[in-house]
Amino acid sequence: MADREGGVARVADVRMSRFERLPWRRIILLILSIGLITLTIIGSVATLSKPPGEGGYSGATWAGFVVDGISQGAIYALIAIGYTLVYGILRMINFAHGEVMMTGAFAGFFFAAAYAESGFLNRHPITAMLIVTLAALIVSMIVAVLLERIAYRPLRNAPRLVPLITAIGASLFIQNAFRGFFGPQARGFPRPDILIGNVELFGLEIPKVRILVVVVGLVCMVLLQGFVARTRTGRSMRAVAQDREIASLMGIDVNRVIMITFAVGGILAGIAAVLFATTFEQVRFDMGFKVGIAAFTAAVLGGIGSIGGAVLGGFLLGLLQAIGPALILSGFGIPSPFALKDAFTFLVLVLVLVYRPGGLLGTGEQEKV
Amino acid sequence: MKHQRWFTTLALLGVLSLVAAACASDDDGGGGGGDGGVDCATVEFGCVEVSADEPITLGSLLSISGDTASLGTDSNHGIELAIDDLDDTLDGTPGQLLDHDVELQQEDDLCSAEGGQAGGTALANDPKIAAVIGTSCSSSALGVADKLLSDKGILLFSPSNTGPSLTAEDQHQPFYARTAHNDKIQGAIVAEFVFNELGLDTAATINDESPYAAGLAEAFRTNFEAAGGTITAVEQIDSGDQDFSALLRSIAEGNPGALYFPDFNPACALITKQAADIMPDAALLGSDGCLATEFFGTAGDAADGVYASSPDVTVFQGGDFYKNEFLPAYSEQFGTAPTSVFHAHAFDATNIVFDAIEAVAIQNDDGSLSIPRQALRDAVFDTSGYQGITGTITCTPTGDCATDVTIGIFQAPGWPVEGGDPNASAVYSDTKSLADVS
Repeated sequence: MADREGGVARVADVRMSRFERLPWRRIILLILSIGLITLTIIGSVATLSKPPGEGGYSGATWAGFVVDGISQGAIYALIAIGYTLVYGILRMINFAHGEVMMTGAFAGFFFAAAYAESGFLNRHPITAMLIVTLAALIVSMIVAVLLERIAYRPLRNAPRLVPLITAIGASLFIQNAFRGFFGPQARGFPRPDILIGNVELFGLEIPKVRILVVVVGLVCMVLLQGFVARTRTGRSMRAVAQDREIASLMGIDVNRVIMITFAVGGILAGIAAVLFATTFEQVRFDMGFKVGIAAFTAAVLGGIGSIGGAVLGGFLLGLLQAIGPALILSGFGIPSPFALKDAFTFLVLVLVLVYRPGGLLGTGEQEKV
Repeated sequence: MKHQRWFTTLALLGVLSLVAAACASDDDGGGGGGDGGVDCATVEFGCVEVSADEPITLGSLLSISGDTASLGTDSNHGIELAIDDLDDTLDGTPGQLLDHDVELQQEDDLCSAEGGQAGGTALANDPKIAAVIGTSCSSSALGVADKLLSDKGILLFSPSNTGPSLTAEDQHQPFYARTAHNDKIQGAIVAEFVFNELGLDTAATINDESPYAAGLAEAFRTNFEAAGGTITAVEQIDSGDQDFSALLRSIAEGNPGALYFPDFNPACALITKQAADIMPDAALLGSDGCLATEFFGTAGDAADGVYASSPDVTVFQGGDFYKNEFLPAYSEQFGTAPTSVFHAHAFDATNIVFDAIEAVAIQNDDGSLSIPRQALRDAVFDTSGYQGITGTITCTPTGDCATDVTIGIFQAPGWPVEGGDPNASAVYSDTKSLADVS
């Protein structure tokens, strides 16, 4: 019986590889690529040739798109790192990671709202924002570690679909718990006065908060890179990612390393939460869902499991969302191109995966989720 | 033997049911004979039967959770006050209608077609529901709740749907009516305000593709262009989005003098905030979907100066009753000033339904009531010259009961809701009649 099944599988393998070697598959791909590249070029040229105000955009507007995109991308990248770290070590997608970020945003909100009430936020904005961020990252870290301890560790040796389901369950649980505790309404997140308005940089008016987001995001990424590359704990994380069993034979406490991985992901999500809430000035119980999906997309785009990939994917996704619809779609005269930004980014994701299944910086190994 | 025993039981059952049927039809005959010959057994859609010790049940299908909760909760408060006022005093003790209590069954319209479907189905299948006050959002009614309830002959009477398509000749459902204004009027008055009062001749609109927002943006565009203005952009958004900066940058290219976004919160508040950074010189205008307590929490300081159109609550007829009795009772019973502007419309709608029930209900000898559905609907649609707190109400054959409407433009923080200034007056106000804008 076992033999026969093996035989069937082998026959299927042979058929698959024959199918893949068929030239027409490549021809279709080639036609598809040429078509898409042509469409992209036609759309872009059409947009760029229109005068500003009549479907085209001025230089300042393009610069504005880029700034928005980079800043949004920094937030995506910070969250995407959380997905990628966990995937690298456990080969599982932590679908509750968006909610980890949301819990941090709420923690930050309660401090920020209290400080805004008492006037502390504007008298000592730097101290206040540091405390707000600290509160957010501590809560996010605790939630991430608890999530691992309660929802994932007992299932570590279960079939791979099982932790995926608990991840989705945990995500729904956290979301609805917060909805129950704090209500379904959006709450306004106060922004200190020093972050309101624009600064002039290279002759451009750039919102202060966008600059802050990019700077903080980059600092965090550099620190993380240092932590993973230089420290002892970082080395054990890489070892566990390479081979969990061998690492444990070498005397690495695998449980501790996994816990630290979740903690680091949680801390970055907490920081991202404060950046996100400061930019859009609101928190609500389901804010983690959409951002979480976008960050997950960024992680896949860059190559899941790779930290550099998550950063690249994050910035790329942010830029694509900000520029793509305007540059390509409005050239074809499509009404309301910005409403299509999610459709547009997922199209790009699909295309990247067609050519590079492992993502841009991925190793190329294919994993089924 | 066994067969025989079964047969006897069946026969007995049959005789019993015949007797029961005979008794029942006796009752019906007695009731039906009492009033103009309406026979509940044969009349189309039948009657709502309320036995002697039962309350009359009204349904409400309003948005009572989520982002637009303040809209529906506020309307529910209006209905509760109408029930309270049945004894002619707003004292917190509910009155009675034809010697029956009135009970309110609340369903949630979720401000979406899905919610209208779920809540509408629940109410349509409950034989005790005499009429439904709802929905809050046009998207919950259009083609969903209005159809479901009309198919069962249940009146759906909305205090806050303003989407023009709901009462358009080709889309109107026979049992749908509203006390809220038609957005053809609101759009016309906003366009007039921007063009004449603010003196701006360019504008851009953003709508979330709901029947309400799209209808209002379209009404605004038609009237603004007719007045001689130019629309530089008509944009659509996904109401769940948070980042509108790219969209706003692209709109800013056209350099419109005014930005009109007749959406719900939080989108409305977020657009306000982000537009303050990107197009600080444009006049920002929301609408009655935006004008709610949540706006202030999310928009923060950026709220100041933003205009919103709404029924002009300050000129409600019977202003004395509204100001001196209705609003104090509202604050006392619910612990807050109104959170939206449609409580008065819900109050009027409920009272019109009560009057119609009084007019058509058949009072049977045993104290029970039979309310013929078709007659109830006709009585509501025949409403003419009714003096409500929102004004004089006369229903058209397509269900528009607010035919002369005063729309006010309010400027934040002077919005007449909790969080703004409940006693604010409009910076601009005009009255139009539906016949003039159609």
